[in-house]
Amino acid sequence: MDTVLYLAHTQSDETLSKGALEALTAAKELTAQLGSANLVVAILGGDVQTAADSVADCGASKFLGVSGEAFAQSRYATDAAAIEALCRTAQPAIVLCGSSSRFNRVLPGVASRLGGCADLHATEVKADGGSTSITRWYYRQRIRAAQVRDKRPWFVALETGSDAPWITAGGKAAVESVPVALPESSLRTTVEGLQKPPGQTQTIRPDADLLYVAGAGWTKKQADGEAHIQDAESIILDFLGKTQASLGGSKSLVDISGTGQAVLSFMTHLNQIGQTGAIPRHPKGLSTCCHGEEPHAVGWRFIHERRAINLDANCGWAHGKADVLYVADAFEVMRKVNALLEKS
Amino acid sequence: MGFHIVVCAGIVPDPLQTLEPITGPQGPALKNEMMLPAVLDPWAKHALFEAAHLAAKTPDSKVWLVSMAPKTKLQQVMMSIAQKASFELVALDGPASGFTDSQAVAEALAAAINAISGLDRKRLLVFGGWESASRGAGATLQIVGERLGIVEQFQGVDELSVTASGSLRILERVEGGMHQISHCDGPPAVLGWATGSLPEPPNNPQVGMANMRTLMPALQKATAAGVAVDGKSFTSVEVPKQRRDTRIVKDASTDDIAREIMEWIKG
Ligand SMILES: Cc1cc2nc3c(=O)[nH]c(=O)nc-3n(C[C@H](O)[C@H](O)[C@H](O)COP(=O)(O)OP(=O)(O)OC[C@H]3O[C@@H](n4cnc5c(N)ncnc54)[C@H](O)[C@@H]3O)c2cc1C
Repeated sequence: MDTVLYLAHTQSDETLSKGALEALTAAKELTAQLGSANLVVAILGGDVQTAADSVADCGASKFLGVSGEAFAQSRYATDAAAIEALCRTAQPAIVLCGSSSRFNRVLPGVASRLGGCADLHATEVKADGGSTSITRWYYRQRIRAAQVRDKRPWFVALETGSDAPWITAGGKAAVESVPVALPESSLRTTVEGLQKPPGQTQTIRPDADLLYVAGAGWTKKQADGEAHIQDAESIILDFLGKTQASLGGSKSLVDISGTGQAVLSFMTHLNQIGQTGAIPRHPKGLSTCCHGEEPHAVGWRFIHERRAINLDANCGWAHGKADVLYVADAFEVMRKVNALLEKS
Repeated sequence: MGFHIVVCAGIVPDPLQTLEPITGPQGPALKNEMMLPAVLDPWAKHALFEAAHLAAKTPDSKVWLVSMAPKTKLQQVMMSIAQKASFELVALDGPASGFTDSQAVAEALAAAINAISGLDRKRLLVFGGWESASRGAGATLQIVGERLGIVEQFQGVDELSVTASGSLRILERVEGGMHQISHCDGPPAVLGWATGSLPEPPNNPQVGMANMRTLMPALQKATAAGVAVDGKSFTSVEVPKQRRDTRIVKDASTDDIAREIMEWIKG
C-alpha cells in the first residue's frame, strides 16, 4: 500500500498556514483517488502539537513530528535532516506539501538525497487509474505541462490557491516523535529574524483579494506636461490603505525606483510582477498606468478577474488579457475610487 | 582569504519571443528552439553580477561561470555577457531546454564543478538564480549543493555581506515581501539569487578582452554533457488559450468608471 505523506511546517505562532491547509485538502483527495493509499501527516517546527491537533481529524493513519528549538528556524541543514528522518520513517511514495519559501529551499535537495525527485510550483496533483500526475508551468507561466514521474519518493509542493483549505474543529493528535541526529556542522547557520524592506510600507499581501498593479505611467509627464509623483504616491497608498490590496509594479516602474530617483518610495523589486518578478495569486487584479507586454502579462497568469485603466485605448496588454479596459486617466479615476471608498 | 565563486547560469529564450511547444525526438521542445535569440537566464545573471562585485572587492577571489547549453548558443550569449563581468567560463555542450530535468542538469553541473582545477572547496560559494526562466523548477542549485556535500543553502537571495570575522550575512526572500536574515559562519555555501541589488554593469571592453582569452578555449573544449531523461514523462504540454474578450470602456465619465470599479472591488 502506497503512503501519501502530507508534510507541513509550523508558522511562528505554531499554526499551519493557509497554503499548508490547502495542500492537506489535496493530500486527502489524492489518497482517496489512489484507492488503497494510506495518509500520514508529518509536521516539523519548534512545537508541533498545536498544528497536529488542528488537523487531528483529517483521517491520517499516523502523525509524525520533528520538534525542538533547532527546527523552529527555517534553515536548510536542519530542515533537510528533519525531512529526511520523517521520510525514512514513513517510507512514502508521494510527499505533498504547500509551497513555502522554507520548503522550496530544502525539498529538491532532500529528494535527491533520498534518490527521489521533487516538483515545486505544482498547480494540481491527481491520480487516475493508480497513476499520479501533476500540472506545472514552464517558461515562466507560458507553457502548461502535465507530467508523471517514476522515481519515489516524489515530493510535490503545491502553489497556494490550488485548493480550498482544509479547516475543521480538529481534535487531539497522538504525535509520534521522530528523532533526528544533528551533527554540529548542521548548525553553521543561525537565523536572526525577519526584515521588512528598509523604510518601506508593507505593501505585499499574498492573501489579499485584490492585486493592484502600478505601471511606469504614474511617473510620466501628464497632460499638463508635468510628472505628479507625490500625487501618485498618495493616491496609491490611500487606495492600498483602504482596500488592503497587495501592490504589484511593472519592471519599468520598479527599475526607476531602484535608481534612487524620488519616485514611489515604497516600490521595490519585490513588488515586480512578471517574468522576472512575482507571479502572485489573487481573485482580482486592477492594473493602472501599465502598458505591460508579454514579460509583464505572464505575471497575471493566476489573477482571475482583471481590469485595467489606461489612457491608451490600444494598450497592448489589456487587449485580450484583461476583462475590462477603462480608457481614462488613472489619476482622476483612482482619486474618485478613493473618495467612494472613503464614503462606504 | 578570498572566495572561489562558481556561478551556475543557463541560457533561455529572449522573453519577448513567442514560444510554441512541439514534440521532439527527446520529448517536448520549443519550435525553432535553435533559432530563437537567447539571453543569459535573468536571475542567474544577477548572480553573476553579484559574484563579480564580491570578487572585485575581496582580494584573492575568482569567479567561474558554469553554463550548459548547445555550444553555438553559448557562444552567442557569452560574447555579450563577457563584456560585463570578469569570469572564467566552464562550458558544457548540452540542452538548454526547460523540459530537461533539474536532477540530470544538476548532476552535470556538479561534475563540472568537481573537475575545476585549483578550486578550493573551503572557499567555495556556489551561486545561481533561484529559478530559471525556462524550467522554473527552483531545484537545480539545491541538488548541485547536495552533490557537492554543501548544506548551507539559501534561496531567493537579495543581499550577501561578509562580516569582519568572515561570516556571511544573507537576506533571503520569504513570504509577504519580507526577508529572512541568516548568518552562516563562512563558505562553502550555495546561494540562489533573486534580483540582488546591483544594476546591470555597462559594457567594459577591457573586461571583455580579458575574458576572451579563456572564453574561446573553454568553448572549444566544451564536452558533450549527457543529460538523462530520469524517469520524467509528459502527458500534455500546451500553451493555454489566453485571449480574453476585453470590454473596452471609452468615453465614460470618470465618475461612472470609478463607481463601476468600486462595485467590482466590493462585489
Ligand atoms: C528580459 C526582460 C524581462 C522582463 N521582465 C519583466 C517583468 O518581469 N515584469 C514587467 O513588468 N516587465 C518586464 N519586462 C519589461 C516589459 O517588456 C515592459 O517593458 C514593461 O512591463 C512596461 O512597463 P510599463 O507598462 O509600466 O511602462 P510603459 O511601457 O512606460 O507604459 C506606461 C503606460 O502608462 C500609461 N499611462 C500614462 N499615464 C497614464 C494615466 N494618467 N492614466 C492611465 N494610464 C497612463 C501609458 O498609456 C502607458 O501605457 C521585461 C523585459 C525584458 C526585455
